Amino acid sequence: MTEHLAALQVVIPLLCAPLCMLVRYRDWSWIVALFGSWACLIISWLLLQLVMVDGIISYHMGNWAPPLGIEYRIDKVSAFVLLIVSAIGAVITPYARESVRAEFGVNRVYLFYTAYMLCLCGLLGVTITGDAFNLFVFLEISSLSSYVLIALGKDRRALTAAYQYLVLGTIGATFIVIGIGLLYAETGTLNMADLAKRLADQPLSRTIGAAFGFLVVGISLKLALFPLHLWLPNAYTYAPSVVSAFLAATATKVAVYVLLRFLFSIFNVKLSFGVMPLDSILLVLAVIAMFAASAVAIFQTNLKRMLAYSSVAQIGYMILGISFANVNGLAAGIIHLFNHALMKGGMFLALGCIFYRIASVNINDMAGMGRRMPWTMGAFVVGGLGLIGVPLTVGFISKWYLVLGALERDWWFAAALVLLSSLLAVVYIWRVVEVAYLKPVPEDAPEIEDAPPAMLIPTWILIGASVYYGINTDLTVGVAKQAAQQLLGAG
Amino acid sequence: MHSNLVLRVVAKLLMPFIMLFGLYVQFHGDFGPGGGFQAGVIFAAGFILYALIFGLQSAGKVLPRGILRFGIALGVLLFAGVGVYNLLVGGQYLDYNVMAQDPVHGQHLGILLVELGVGITVTSVMVMVFFTFARHRPTKGDD
Repeated sequence: MTEHLAALQVVIPLLCAPLCMLVRYRDWSWIVALFGSWACLIISWLLLQLVMVDGIISYHMGNWAPPLGIEYRIDKVSAFVLLIVSAIGAVITPYARESVRAEFGVNRVYLFYTAYMLCLCGLLGVTITGDAFNLFVFLEISSLSSYVLIALGKDRRALTAAYQYLVLGTIGATFIVIGIGLLYAETGTLNMADLAKRLADQPLSRTIGAAFGFLVVGISLKLALFPLHLWLPNAYTYAPSVVSAFLAATATKVAVYVLLRFLFSIFNVKLSFGVMPLDSILLVLAVIAMFAASAVAIFQTNLKRMLAYSSVAQIGYMILGISFANVNGLAAGIIHLFNHALMKGGMFLALGCIFYRIASVNINDMAGMGRRMPWTMGAFVVGGLGLIGVPLTVGFISKWYLVLGALERDWWFAAALVLLSSLLAVVYIWRVVEVAYLKPVPEDAPEIEDAPPAMLIPTWILIGASVYYGINTDLTVGVAKQAAQQLLGAG
Repeated sequence: MHSNLVLRVVAKLLMPFIMLFGLYVQFHGDFGPGGGFQAGVIFAAGFILYALIFGLQSAGKVLPRGILRFGIALGVLLFAGVGVYNLLVGGQYLDYNVMAQDPVHGQHLGILLVELGVGITVTSVMVMVFFTFARHRPTKGDD
């Protein structure tokens, strides 16, 4: 069956989604979701091994040969992103059981797992497909299901947050489909490899320029690049804990992947960064994101909102890496995809543990939390160290390669800005540490245990991985460098 | 509206034709314009008309929520299941050629089942969306 792994990667969560809907007895749908997400992880791991050996895997849907048929095309970049998404999914599903039961009530959990599986299916589909229109379809599957997931939040503001995301996400999707439509009008093909070949032969026309603009703006909306990030803070704040963790760790990462795919594989480096001045635009926006969003994060009292703004800043680092358009910068962007998924996923899960016990993530309720829930708070702090970029955490690796990339382009000021912005992360993480460890436990605080193991273990797997991959960088740096070379080589 | 005799009689007369037309669009979709999505919408429009004229309660008896929920899942399962069946008998995902003794038959059977899945899901989702909104009673908190 190895030749069908590419199809199964998407089909298994697609099949699990309706099954979750049918299995309504208590929370048995969780078992289906668990099977689905673990199967996805195994498949993506096998695919990565295959790709590292054989190069590109191409799968023809329905045996219709590309460029007419839909092709699933897995190269090093997509295999790596597939692994990130499915690994996060596989870690979060075991955690979800307790958390979702507590937040939704047992009667509605099946709705959560159905939307969750669809979202996973969409995200994996976006990453695996080699067809521009198919990418749009999967992007919509993942977006629509994430609107549902956010709206499931207990807080009534979750509905407005989901609606806001729906409106902005739909504008983004419309821009993307207009861009794809214009490309189709100009070249007559939707297959990405074919598009790249035909675009390389054509002189730059106004249609191609417009398509480029629409695509970049549309994708930037989806990945929440400053100043198009306005949907993100509310969505992450009011979504259920599991959903915040899952979306923060995967959805924006996949959107960054889509941007990489379009900038480097479909349009080429010459067009994206030579003819179009995208490198300076991305550089400026990324730097503003790093500073503005981190600064806003410092003043948040809701910790989920703080992490959400921090995500906007971290997306700035990824885009900064892309704007360098050299191997180290690009590799830094791709490494940070992985690293940020681990850190932010782990930190949102830690907040989910706190919410499970005290039903609040407000900083005023965190007094003495370091003693009340030592393991949970420990995970949060280690994740926070990663965000700052302390050596021996993954954040350090990302920033190291970012600085290398910046120096390679002689943009020493960008390197300095990366280091300066890390100081802002110190401030917002320290605020939490100060309250949680240095303030006494309030007199009237009820006695609470730490979170149940079913929630703590997944949290610590992500946080532990964020330390492990900060020390052993063979997988991340190795794959990311090859992926970056491949992206740049294609142009 | 419940006492409006003309509407009730006309709706009752039209109902079988709407359903028949839905079936035509569904199964003729293999050869001409049409297919599961369009047919699903026509079916759903029929049920929504019924609900508008005869009330939500009687429409709910015709299509209970449980069946709708089952239908939504069943259609997707049918679609994806056809693909998995193709894998199991040795083809690519959704390669209908391997479904029957010869490729032409296989393509017929494959697209028929897939479109049937689409039709079931689209009908169920459309009716479910209508029911959900129609049954929603605004509470005081809503603006």
